[in-house]
Amino acid sequence: MLVDFPYPSSYLCSMAESRLMLGSEALALGVKLCRPQVIAAYPITPQTHIVECLAQMVEKGELSPCRLVTVESELSSISLVLGASAGGARVFTATASQGLALMHEILHWVAGMRFPVVLANANRALGGPWILYMDQTDSLSQRDTGWIQLYCASAQEALDMVPLAYKIAEAHLLPVMVIMDGFWISHTMEPVEAPSQEAIDAFLPPRRDELKLDPDNPQALGAPSPSDTFYQIKREIQEEMEQVLEAFPQYAQEYNQIVGRSYQAVERWFMEDAQVALVGLGGITGTARYTARVLRDKGIKAGVVFPRFLRPFPTYEVRRLLESVETVLVMNRALSPGMGGQLTQEVKTALYGLSHPPRVVDWMAGLGGIDPIPSSMEEAVKKALAGEERIWTSKPVGAKR
Amino acid sequence: MIDIPREELFNPGHPACPGCGAAPSMRLALKALGPKTMVVIPASCWSIIAGAHPSFSLEVPLLHTPFLSAAAAAAGLKAALEAQGDQETLVMAWAGDGGTYDIGFQGLSGAAERRTDMLYVCYDNEAYMNTGGQRSSATPLGTQTSTTPGGKLEEKKDLLNIIVAHGASYVATATLAYSHDLLKKFRKARDKKGFRFIHLLSPCPTGWGFPEDKTITMARMAVESGAYHLMEWEGEGWQTTYHPSFQVKVEDYLQAQTRFAHLTGEELQEIARRTAEYWERVSRSE
Repeated sequence: MLVDFPYPSSYLCSMAESRLMLGSEALALGVKLCRPQVIAAYPITPQTHIVECLAQMVEKGELSPCRLVTVESELSSISLVLGASAGGARVFTATASQGLALMHEILHWVAGMRFPVVLANANRALGGPWILYMDQTDSLSQRDTGWIQLYCASAQEALDMVPLAYKIAEAHLLPVMVIMDGFWISHTMEPVEAPSQEAIDAFLPPRRDELKLDPDNPQALGAPSPSDTFYQIKREIQEEMEQVLEAFPQYAQEYNQIVGRSYQAVERWFMEDAQVALVGLGGITGTARYTARVLRDKGIKAGVVFPRFLRPFPTYEVRRLLESVETVLVMNRALSPGMGGQLTQEVKTALYGLSHPPRVVDWMAGLGGIDPIPSSMEEAVKKALAGEERIWTSKPVGAKR
Repeated sequence: MIDIPREELFNPGHPACPGCGAAPSMRLALKALGPKTMVVIPASCWSIIAGAHPSFSLEVPLLHTPFLSAAAAAAGLKAALEAQGDQETLVMAWAGDGGTYDIGFQGLSGAAERRTDMLYVCYDNEAYMNTGGQRSSATPLGTQTSTTPGGKLEEKKDLLNIIVAHGASYVATATLAYSHDLLKKFRKARDKKGFRFIHLLSPCPTGWGFPEDKTITMARMAVESGAYHLMEWEGEGWQTTYHPSFQVKVEDYLQAQTRFAHLTGEELQEIARRTAEYWERVSRSE
């Protein structure tokens, strides 16, 4: 069955100027346009293309005077950008899966120190057993580190989220993860329109903040803190996170004016009259948009909600979008064993306190490379409407060796 | 003899333990390096000595990092300075033996192998002193620590030659009892390019078990007995920078510290013999 091209029309307008590229190439191009000054490179599937692309750009002199340092582990890549950010540079690194998990301690440090680091993560499951394929356990496990998380549902978004990430990071002094599906986006070619360097320069001026080491004004960054100072630091991070959600529409509008593509903190499709909402992060929402149309042809009014931010979680917007639907099917691609889908917990929290809240159904939509095809998504919706509370896909389809 | 600058980049009133060797070592190091220096310090006694917020004992910028991050963070800081056109400021990682020999070893190896243009200093008090004195791989043979109550069974790791093998442009040992030697080495390190590494023997009264007014004495006994060698590497073999008198025996140095008090006379002799062997092996390596 053929359905409409599921992307916003603004993508189509510029098709003439777009070219095919991998999601990872698109993201690397986004980084290039932001004029990074220090990049830490360490490979891990499915992120490797990103740092390879950047290394080639540096080799060709396209990123001068950027320093790209090929470190020996993700512990050092994140530590290196931490140090470089303390030196006032605009920094970038990329990772996935085990690499992001390995960074965990330093992720807390970067956020606690308010360094505006931007990191790309190509989602991949965590072993053991060894698993190469995509799920979102890696990024969702870093939920509480104090990093902003921005999810992408296409290669175009992987490019566009990078300038937005730097804009947010440097305005609010909070680190940002730009997250895309490993393989489904990182290794898939899609038409991508690259903004001009002039456009990104207009959107994103050079990093200028006081939070850096300066021999003329010697300060210690990260010194042991009294409890009340530490408490205040954490409070300020929470309050700044809230500010990010308030400010994002303005950044998105500015980006739209300069570049011509518009984004929202919570993307939504067909939600005006939806009875059942499919909620997910990243590429899965593309399948959901297709499935929603198929379901609508069959008389089920389905809609799709994509919170682009996992942190700060757009609680009120999600609540507003979901409060009038009957059933919410959360499409989880990360499991908190002993509790259920991680995203389900976020959605339930957003709905807490409604006098007539929708029924929230916990679907393990994809783990370790299982990714729902429209038929399994349709099956899940039907099970949800039939009253099931937790759904495991009966015949999961995914990558096999 | 060389002049020791009067300028102080390390202020009094810091919270180091009385008799701490690591504190005056930094004072001397910064006198040699001068104000165009940025310091990166991982978890260590020096995380405390630098001062708790809002106090700060240094007159140069300092980045505190997690335990294993010092070398990589310093490399990142250097890259940031270069990218912004600052070729002048020296970046110095300053870590204890735990942060250098053990948990920070991988990052140190990476930074050294990449020939990062920086100075890495390990102030070695020969155990995890900030957590109360547990064994590190820099702890000498026979040493009693809180995690080796019967005495350490293995010799100290030969980190110096591991660093040399990475292609470091300058590697040196120093200790605060020989301040002119120490200053000369820090100046030399400052003026070189590439990866430079200085190892400082840093006596610790509480961890080693000696009176707090005997820190300099302890460092001096270590050198004069041959338990610690003052030397440097500039690419063509180790050069001894100070020839000890050997008027003090290694056994005397060991017996002056309670961390060796459990050892018998025979064991002390054996440790003295193996210490001499250790340094002969280390300083001969090419």
